[in-house]
Amino acid sequence: MAASGGRTVGSFLWKCGNCCFNFNTVSSNLTRQVLSRQLCVSAVLHRKNLAAAGPEKFSEEFIKKQVEEFNIGKRHLANMMGEDPETFTQGDINRSIAYLFPSGLFDKKAKPLMKHPDEVFPKQRAVQWGADGRPFHFLFYTGKQSYYSLMHDTFTKALAVEKHQDRLRGKDLFTQDAKQISLVGSRWLLKEELEELLVETISEHDYARFIQLMERLLSLPYCSVEEDFVQRYRRQLEIQSSKQQVQPLQYDQHGVAYSTGDGKQRKTATGTVLLRDSGSGSISINGTNYVHYFPVLQDREQLMFPLHFMGVLGRFDMQCSVSGGGHSSQAGALRLAISRAMLSFLSEGQVETMRQAGLLTPDPRIKERKKPGQEGARRKFTWKKR
Amino acid sequence: MLYTCLLPACQSEQHLGQYYTVPPSHFHTVFPHGLPPRYQQQVKTFNEGCVMVRQPALELISHLKRADYSKPTLRYLLYGVKGSGKTMSLCHTVHYCSTQGWLVLHIPDAHLWVKNCKELLPSSYHASRFDQPIQASNWLRNFRTTNEHFLSKIKLRQRYVWTKRESTEEGRPLGELVDMGVSRVKSSSDVVGAVLKELRLQAGGTEGGFRLAVAVDGVNGLWGRTTLKKEDKSPVAPEELTLVHNLRKMINNDWCGGAVIATLSQTGSLYAPSSAYLPQELLGEEGFDSMDPFVPVPVSLYSEKEFESCYLYYLDRHWLQHPHSQTEEGKKELIFLSNRNPSVLERLCAFL
Repeated sequence: MAASGGRTVGSFLWKCGNCCFNFNTVSSNLTRQVLSRQLCVSAVLHRKNLAAAGPEKFSEEFIKKQVEEFNIGKRHLANMMGEDPETFTQGDINRSIAYLFPSGLFDKKAKPLMKHPDEVFPKQRAVQWGADGRPFHFLFYTGKQSYYSLMHDTFTKALAVEKHQDRLRGKDLFTQDAKQISLVGSRWLLKEELEELLVETISEHDYARFIQLMERLLSLPYCSVEEDFVQRYRRQLEIQSSKQQVQPLQYDQHGVAYSTGDGKQRKTATGTVLLRDSGSGSISINGTNYVHYFPVLQDREQLMFPLHFMGVLGRFDMQCSVSGGGHSSQAGALRLAISRAMLSFLSEGQVETMRQAGLLTPDPRIKERKKPGQEGARRKFTWKKR
Repeated sequence: MLYTCLLPACQSEQHLGQYYTVPPSHFHTVFPHGLPPRYQQQVKTFNEGCVMVRQPALELISHLKRADYSKPTLRYLLYGVKGSGKTMSLCHTVHYCSTQGWLVLHIPDAHLWVKNCKELLPSSYHASRFDQPIQASNWLRNFRTTNEHFLSKIKLRQRYVWTKRESTEEGRPLGELVDMGVSRVKSSSDVVGAVLKELRLQAGGTEGGFRLAVAVDGVNGLWGRTTLKKEDKSPVAPEELTLVHNLRKMINNDWCGGAVIATLSQTGSLYAPSSAYLPQELLGEEGFDSMDPFVPVPVSLYSEKEFESCYLYYLDRHWLQHPHSQTEEGKKELIFLSNRNPSVLERLCAFL
């Protein structure tokens, strides 16, 4: 049912604290614990049925016990690492776990994990009906009570806004240009996020209807009355380019501006670039001229791309060093390094255009792993009918 | 001003960067075998041969004009990175020499003689040496085309015996010797040796009165290793080849009345790293000692002016068809991508 995910280390540490690092006994305890407990993972990542599997699998006391264990384990971990238990944050926990249990696995979800039980166990609905079998909520028999109650609430608010408008019209205070809710830089909740909020599954059709209703609410001129309600269902978009760190220009002895592009990776090739201003467009890679280092035209075009895009072809002198990979990946690594180095010479708007051109994104493609039972990553063995 | 009409003899520093046309009549006589293959294709496409006047060639020509020909021969060595125009400068100088009436001994590529040879015959003249009949006869044929008018004038000073029945007497014209070498393929290498010896003896002489220009391309092939093998699979050293042996004697400066112009070439060279272009690296110790003393002439990449001139020439000939290449932006891109290397630029413009 639930997919296997991280192993919670909370109980392990609790045992640790009690038995003073006696690993032998603890490990047998751990295995017993693990086998008896079911492993689960945060629902949003996995898009599985949230609580539709049926009545809750984890009772409230169980969750409370897990929370206690987690807190105690956190204090023990802090003591183990020699840090202050009061100011031990989640980031510190992650670092300590990575230190104590180094894992060579690639899948992030397979590595040891210690998080607050609320993040680990999916949100459960409490029992929906009382001792006499009668449900609490009036919309229980629709099957999707939270969704329909949300729709009803939204519509009620829309009606309220219209009534407010009518009242204002009656008093002749109606103006078309009332204050509008600013929607710039935010987006509606995704279907998965809405599901998580409501703790029940909804279909795409339902989601579409919900968005339609919200849009209708927003189309009314005086919707700013319900701004808080609407903003609860919107998420801010992060501005990507503000994440880019632009290093300041450095000046060497002769007053010539220069800047370094830090080592960039592209499929096991790393490259560093030292850009110098007021040059003649000469490029030396690992001591040799770039025409001799990259005899293939395609690699030289890769080097040319960032400079040509910004129109500064003959302006910079470059000293590059590159190692690893093949000629194509070395060219890609150098291209990234050049773009990074150029950032300090450019203005904000140009940085944004470069980012949108894809010059600043490191290429994540690496060689795919060969799987057992196949000849290569994708190629299967020759299929023989008999 | 892109074109001059002057022959190499009258060109000077003012004409740097300009193109001059080689008259079509000269093409087949002076350059049957000397030009780089891509340039030959370009000549065929444009229907004319235009050579740019560049600094190294002008320097060489001025040296040749001022040299004293009663002293032992001066040796000039053109060196530079791959594709910077050494062979073209050599051909420019060769054209000058032939217009001045010199006898030109042009070996298009010495590497052709030390690799990919199908037939190796043991020499009849010398027991331990090997002959290369095909290469020798090819070269003699081209030599005949180049120096037609000299062949009847020069007389042999020695009697050469080829086989029991054939011999060439003293006093016969050189042309007969060459014809014999072309027709009798088996002894063509020895004929080459004889021709070289004769020319060496007669070059500075007062009664004959001609100047000898020995132009060797890829001279570093004479002192390296060969890819050829004897029948027992042991490698052949360059000294064991007749052609190479005789050519080395020519390059030694124990004769007077001419000049030796040589280029280093990495492209055809065997067992040399591709980043090597300096004389010491490519010639090796042995070669350097035998070439020493020489006048080194470095050939560099295009300067700004030369690049400009080449670009305008291609535009003029409508070689650059792409509309973007005709703009300033396109020119900057070309500069970047080729780094002003002549051969790289030529290959780049080929598909534009």
